[in-house]
Parts: sequence; C-alpha cells; structure tokens
Amino acid sequence: MANVNREILRVEGLKTHFFTDEGVVQAVDGVDFVLHRGETLGIVGESGSGKSVTSLSLLRLVSRPGRIVEGQLLFDGVDLTSISEEQMRAIRGDRISMIFQQPTTALNPVFRVGDQIIETLTIHQGLQGNEAQQRCRELLTMVGLPDPERRMRQYPHELSGGQCQRIMIAMALACNPELLIADEPTTALDVTIQAQILDLMRALREKIDTAIILITHDMGVVAEMADNVIVMYAGQVVEYAEVKQLFANPLHPYTIGLLNSMPVLGDVRDELAVIPGTVPSLINPPVGCRFAARCDRRFERCTETPPMVEPEQGRRVRCWLYR
Amino acid sequence: MTSSVTSTDNDVLLEVNNLKTHFPIKGGLLRRTVATVKAVDGVSFAVKRGETLGLVGESGCGKTTTGRTVLRLERATEGEVLFEGHDVLRASRWQMKRLRRDMQIVFQDPYASLDPRITIGESVEEGLIIHGIGNAHERRERVRAVLDKVGLHANQMNRFPHEFSGGQRQRIGIARALIMEPKLIVCDEPVSALDVSIQSQVLNLLKNLQREFGLTYLFIAHNLAVVEHISDRVGVMYLGKVVELSGRDDLFRNPLHPYTKALISAIPQPDPTVRRARIMLQGDVPSPINPPTGCRFHPRCWIAQEICKTDDPAFEEKRKGHWAACHFAGEA
Repeated sequence: MANVNREILRVEGLKTHFFTDEGVVQAVDGVDFVLHRGETLGIVGESGSGKSVTSLSLLRLVSRPGRIVEGQLLFDGVDLTSISEEQMRAIRGDRISMIFQQPTTALNPVFRVGDQIIETLTIHQGLQGNEAQQRCRELLTMVGLPDPERRMRQYPHELSGGQCQRIMIAMALACNPELLIADEPTTALDVTIQAQILDLMRALREKIDTAIILITHDMGVVAEMADNVIVMYAGQVVEYAEVKQLFANPLHPYTIGLLNSMPVLGDVRDELAVIPGTVPSLINPPVGCRFAARCDRRFERCTETPPMVEPEQGRRVRCWLYR
Repeated sequence: MTSSVTSTDNDVLLEVNNLKTHFPIKGGLLRRTVATVKAVDGVSFAVKRGETLGLVGESGCGKTTTGRTVLRLERATEGEVLFEGHDVLRASRWQMKRLRRDMQIVFQDPYASLDPRITIGESVEEGLIIHGIGNAHERRERVRAVLDKVGLHANQMNRFPHEFSGGQRQRIGIARALIMEPKLIVCDEPVSALDVSIQSQVLNLLKNLQREFGLTYLFIAHNLAVVEHISDRVGVMYLGKVVELSGRDDLFRNPLHPYTKALISAIPQPDPTVRRARIMLQGDVPSPINPPTGCRFHPRCWIAQEICKTDDPAFEEKRKGHWAACHFAGEA
C-alpha cells in the first residue's frame, strides 16, 4: 500500500497502570497499533476496557495515581513518552488535538466561546487581533455554525450540546492537527444531532487529511466512520481488523458476542445473544485469557496467556482458537 | 377527540387522555411565573394488558415526564390517567397507595436509585413493609424468591449497592418493582446506562419476566433499536407531543410522520457495507418554553407547507391502528 511513508503514529506495548490503595489497576495492559495519515481508527470496547485511558495516554494526560509504565508512542518518529513536558505541551492542541465526550464540561463556562478559540490560535499559531478574529469566524463557519459573529460573543451555557460539540471541533481543528483523538464525541448527543456531527467529521477528514482515533462503544458509529477497528477488552487489544472484515467475519469470541448482543434496527429477534458475567477487575485480572470466564468456546489452553496472532494479512486476534 | 385514540375494550390497562404537564419558571423578586415549560402538552395513548408500549424521542421530548406523570411522581396540569378504570390523577392518598402496588417504576440510573446505606435485601423488602404485606419471615422468603427471579443470589441479600455492578444494580431495581407483583411497570431508560453486553442480559430478563408474570410495560427509551426489540407498539414523541403511534413493525417499516422517518434514518447501522440515504435534519430541537406555532416540527421539516406554520395537525388514525399528527402524513 501507499501507506508506507504516511505513518503518523505507532504505539508499541503501551501499559498504563493506576497505583491505588487497593492495588495496581492495569487499565491499559498491552496496546499496539499503527495509524496512517488520513486514516480513521475506531477503538471499541465497553466501560473499563481501557479505551479512554489509551487515548489519554497518547496525550500524556493520565493523572496520578496513573502513569504510563511501559511502551513507546512514536508520533511522526518522536517517542512521546521521552520528551519534556514543555515539548509535549507544544504538540498538544497543535499537532494532536482531542474532542471529549461532554462538550459542555470541556468548555470554560466563564469565557465567551470566541475568546476560548482565539486563545488556542494565539498560543499555537501566534495569531493576534483581527487576524485571530478572522480565523475564528472561518472555523465556526467551517463547523456549520451560522452567524459566527454572534456565536463568538456567547457563553457555553447559551449553546446546545450539539453546538458546543461543534465549538469543540472548531477548537480541535484550529491548528490543522495531524492527529485528532475523539473520545465518544457523539455519545452525549441525540441521534439527529449525532448524524450532523458525524457528517461534519467526515467532511473535515476529506478536507485536511487528519488521522482520527475514534473511541466509541457504538458499533453503528464505528461501521460508519472507521477504516480499521481495534476491539479492547479488560485493558488489552483482543482484535484488530479492517472495518468490513470485522463486521463480516469477527474472529474473537468477545467481538462475536458484542455484535450479537446488540439489538439492530430492522432485525428483530426474540432473544438477544448474551455474554454472561461481567468485566473482570483490573486489579487482579484473571490469569491466562482475560475473557475466558465469559467465553463459550474456552478450552484447557485458555488458562495460559494467549499471544496476539495474525491469522490473515492485516488481521490480528488475541485468542488460542487461531493459533 | 382524544379518547377516540384508545379502544374501550376490557383489555386496556392504562389509558392516558390529553395529558399535560407544565412546569412554571419563576423569576424576579416576587418569584412570579415568567414562563412555562410545556414538557408534556397533550398526550393520549392506551396500553393493553400484557403488551409493551415503547415511547421514544430525543432529550426534552417529554417521554420521561409522561411516564412520571402517569405514576403521579409529577403533578399533571390537565388531562386524565385511567388505570383499570380508576382515575389516577384524582385518587385520594389512600386510593393512591393501593394503586401504587400495581404501578411500579424502574429508573434509568442504577447508581442513583438505590439507597447506598441499606442492604439490597432491605431495599427490595421496603415496598412490602410499607404496604404491610406478610410477616418478617414471609417477607424474607419473598425477597429470596424475587432475587432468584432476576438472576441474583439470595446470599447477596446482606450486601450493599456499591458491591454490585451496574447491570446487577439494575436487576435489584427490577426486583424492587417486581416484589410488589405489579400489573404495570414503567421502565424509564432501564438499559441506557449499561454496556451492550449487559444491556442484552437486562432486556432478555425483562422479556422473560413479562412472559412469566403477564406484566405490562410502558418502556421509555431514546434508543430506537432497543425500543424496536422490546415493544409491541411504539409511540414517537417530539416536543411534548406524541407525533406517531402504531404497531412496532408498521412504525419502523412504514413511518408516516417525517420526524419518525428522520429519526430512523439517523441511526448508524452496524454494517459498513450499507450506506443508507440519510435525512439530515437541520438545527436543534426548539425550546419547549416557546414551541413553534402550528406543527411543532415545521421549522425542521422538509415537506412543510404554509398550513404547517399555522395549524396544529390533529392526531388521527391514518391507517388501521396507525396514528399520526401530520398534515402530509406519508408524503415525505
């Protein structure tokens, strides 16, 4: 593929643990992937799978008692785990930006939204005065907010959730980032507004060639947006595949269970498939395969830690069945 | 006009006629009412014995307030709620207490709806004590039995809510409702706080309990796929009104109201090979404080005509068992 030189991010052996009074929470415990410019990578998983901690680790925003204990985060060839905080700050919001789940809490309530966007432009691009104002108007128009002049003078509480998320996207795109991390960007929004925001993200991706990491629990959103998908379970990547392959032929029993357990519009079944039990504690994760206790295809081997195997070109799965 | 929405046969358990719930907004020094939020503004429907009626809609459409008003957890401004023919909104304290045994609710947030300081056994038993049912021993036995029914172990009775996961807490919430042997359970977004793999466990449980005990559900949710899965009939709400109501399959296959069409088309399908034509609605849902004149959906509707700006469309039976409030139903 022509992707050889377009690699923007390579994550190798990432482990982020939280050192709590109750013990060490192995929130992220073995995440590897490669991302190319212009590519959208979906990360799916349920609560506690480690998908959000993975994204925070990429920006080095994990706060105490958590810390990255192992692994490399090669962003455009530079290992983000080894640079200074000052260098990291220059990258954050400039070359890598992030959109959060709750747009209303991610904005500062006491500043006008225009000033918040202009602050980003001033810090990272050195824009001042009219120039910054002008760029701010452009950004707001680009994310589909009519009457940008009025919007700039408003406070976050005067805007709806969908409008706030557009502001967040405008801020995230202010510096034409090479990597955009979107953590559940539409989860707090209604479906008709979600459709607008996903449409916007698609259009912007075409326009500025940004690589996107899209974290979500919604398989529908992944199917619609992602080129490749990572499925996470209990802190680990259990499957990696191109999006069409993943939905047509999921390999890991967890992925299969996940796809079968959700109700799908227009496909009414009497019983939904069930994954029995609950996600294990990450303080003392089970020995061997972490999914084994809930898996209907487990066998003796599953008490040993399964390796990541590559059953076909470009597909990886952490399961003994494919060994 | 409104009572015609409902059939008068004996198998109707709950009948709601022209229900309105308005919340005043107080302002100024004298705390005068400066505006009114019309959260529910003229809702009519009937729920038959043993069926599940789903109510869907986006935030602020009034679906939760409708469910709460039916149980008198909110004060109705106008309208009528009949439960087995009893007038719920005008029932005395004493009558209401008796009615509440038959009308239970399961809440959305399994973390906020359980008292963290009492054990789940006590929590589940509470309703029996309030209603003076059985002696201590009998009550314990019933708690045991009901915990078993919802898939928990009786030996977990002495544990506290924080020791349970979200899915388990929702099972406790269901046990609390179920122990009263109700006829109707209002399920207010019972699975939206849960992960998909847990969500399917709870949905299957609700379906199995309905079959076993002949329960009737008013199932309120924003997730259309979940509502389609569990409901026999579905009502779609927009800005305080039911805009469409029909049998489940008819609603999802042949929606008549343009809003229903847009809502269905907005759901991302978990299949990367299909690209459905999407109806992209412009803008946000307007405020229920000053809802638009005429049809409330007209500012976002792509087939709106002059009449839609001035005349509120009647909620009419457009096809057998399929009701809609739209001047141009089926034409979008």
